[in-house]
Amino acid sequence: MRGDRAPRVVGERRWVNVSFGALAWVVGLIFFFPVFWMVLNSFKTEQDANTSPKLFFHPTLDRYKDVTKSAGGLLSFGEAFTNSAVIVLVSVTIVMLLAIPAAYALAIRPVPKWRDVLFFFISTKFLPIVAAILPIWILGRNLDLLNTRLGLIILYVGINLPLAVWMLRSFFQEIPRELVEAAEIDGAGLRGQLTSVILPIAAPGIAATALLCVIFAWNEFFYAVQLNPVHGSTVPIWVTTNVSTRGDFLAKLSAASVLACIPVVLAGWIAQKRMIRGLAMGAIK
Amino acid sequence: MDAAAGTAEASEQKPRKLISPPRLSESWRRRLPLLPALLIMIVLTQVPFVMSIYYSLTDWHVVPPGPRKFVGLDNYSHLFSDHFFGSAVWVSVQLAVIPVLGSLVLGTAFALLLDRKFIGRGLVRTLLITPFLLMPVVVGLIWKNQMFNDLYGVINWVVGKLGGTPVDFVARHPTMAIAVTLIWQWTPFMMLIMLAGLQSQPPDVLEAAKVDGATPWGIFRQLTLAHLRPYMELGILLGTIYLIQVYDLVAVMTGGGPGSTNVPYFVFQKSIGGGWEFGQASAYSIVVVVFSIIIATVSLRVLSRLLRGEETV
Repeated sequence: MRGDRAPRVVGERRWVNVSFGALAWVVGLIFFFPVFWMVLNSFKTEQDANTSPKLFFHPTLDRYKDVTKSAGGLLSFGEAFTNSAVIVLVSVTIVMLLAIPAAYALAIRPVPKWRDVLFFFISTKFLPIVAAILPIWILGRNLDLLNTRLGLIILYVGINLPLAVWMLRSFFQEIPRELVEAAEIDGAGLRGQLTSVILPIAAPGIAATALLCVIFAWNEFFYAVQLNPVHGSTVPIWVTTNVSTRGDFLAKLSAASVLACIPVVLAGWIAQKRMIRGLAMGAIK
Repeated sequence: MDAAAGTAEASEQKPRKLISPPRLSESWRRRLPLLPALLIMIVLTQVPFVMSIYYSLTDWHVVPPGPRKFVGLDNYSHLFSDHFFGSAVWVSVQLAVIPVLGSLVLGTAFALLLDRKFIGRGLVRTLLITPFLLMPVVVGLIWKNQMFNDLYGVINWVVGKLGGTPVDFVARHPTMAIAVTLIWQWTPFMMLIMLAGLQSQPPDVLEAAKVDGATPWGIFRQLTLAHLRPYMELGILLGTIYLIQVYDLVAVMTGGGPGSTNVPYFVFQKSIGGGWEFGQASAYSIVVVVFSIIIATVSLRVLSRLLRGEETV
């Protein structure tokens, strides 16, 4: 994202630029509207939400109170958030601990046939999750991993590891090889090279990779709902519990949705430039 | 690549000659950092796959419980005559093709808009990437209940203002409703890829074309589009991989209702989603894997072309 670059086509008329800018704004606002409306609905009463679209109303925080208070026996907000936080943080930490050495062995000091290995990693993303769910469910049941955090942690490592290896490899490749060699001559082993040279230089890329892994793990629904419907349920499952077949629920659902999305959306907004670059590099290189 | 690796090896040998282990282990020392990740991925992906193949050759009903019998390829012989499976395949194709193309077109258009300088560009980009960050479950529920709803939905409110009659989109056109939601969700992803492509375009070439008197449309068609082609291929490839696996939106928007069951949802229903016919369901999932491998082979060829381009650097 180079903000300081001159407009693409030199000498274009001013009004052309201004009108394209205005068009971009209109498009952006329309595109964002469903999110804006969701946030607005979360501050309404159910009556205000379930009527012809209303822009002006008396805002209330009651829906947020409704969705966060715990009712006996049901999956509570606090429980779901704790489960999600633990599962996401532990699984992403494991992913990074495994992916960083692996990316080193693929980029900085490539193993023989490194390209085949890289393709193996990415090809595991092509296997449809649904084709694996039945054996995983049976294995989980036999190993007592259903309805546990550990079960989802293992699976989320599997989901994110190929992506992390692929992205980190592209970041590591940009590290000047002379720096790594210099550290090696100084007698640094793998760990020394990583901490003294590679990690500091590739830190932005590592952060972007970790953030993408967090997003995917936080938002994952399929495994979570199939394997952990009773205990260890995560935030996406909690969101769906706010849909009821009786009575209006749109305002409540909106409040729950806002709470469920806020951590990841805020992180994504703050780190967007880095993440865009990470996505582009990870995807393209 | 080889030359660089060679020098790295040579420079390493000198200071370590005395303490380094025998020559043979050098290659294993290189492999060591890779092994944990590789082994974990092999176990996590290949074990379930092999189990699926085995199950697919058995007759195994869980509810009501029955003994697991080996039946060979019997489960596969029904597959293609099952018209429910056929319709699930058709829905899957629609739910991949429409959103991929729709989000690619919109994403390219948005990227072209964002590639120009204007006031508040960063803010508009923030607005545009937000759907990508939302939880898919939330995306599905919000579109179903606040946008598509026939009584209070925003879209039907607009339809009403324009003098039309409200439509219950999700009930009447379930597949299209899911597809539109997917387009909204995936446009930011395509936009980011195309933006990366646009910004890697060498500006001097564009200026030279401008000086030579090319029209903006001519520049766009002959230079920009040609330059964006590999990025479009990449977007189509990654989008297809993810979209043929869509489960969340189907589950929360229609629950597979009126003709919106795609293959993943179908397999789910046949197995742990109530069907409990593990043998038969496994056969379906193996077919899905075979199709995915076909798509993947084509896709990997595209990817490897991109990789080869990088190698010369």
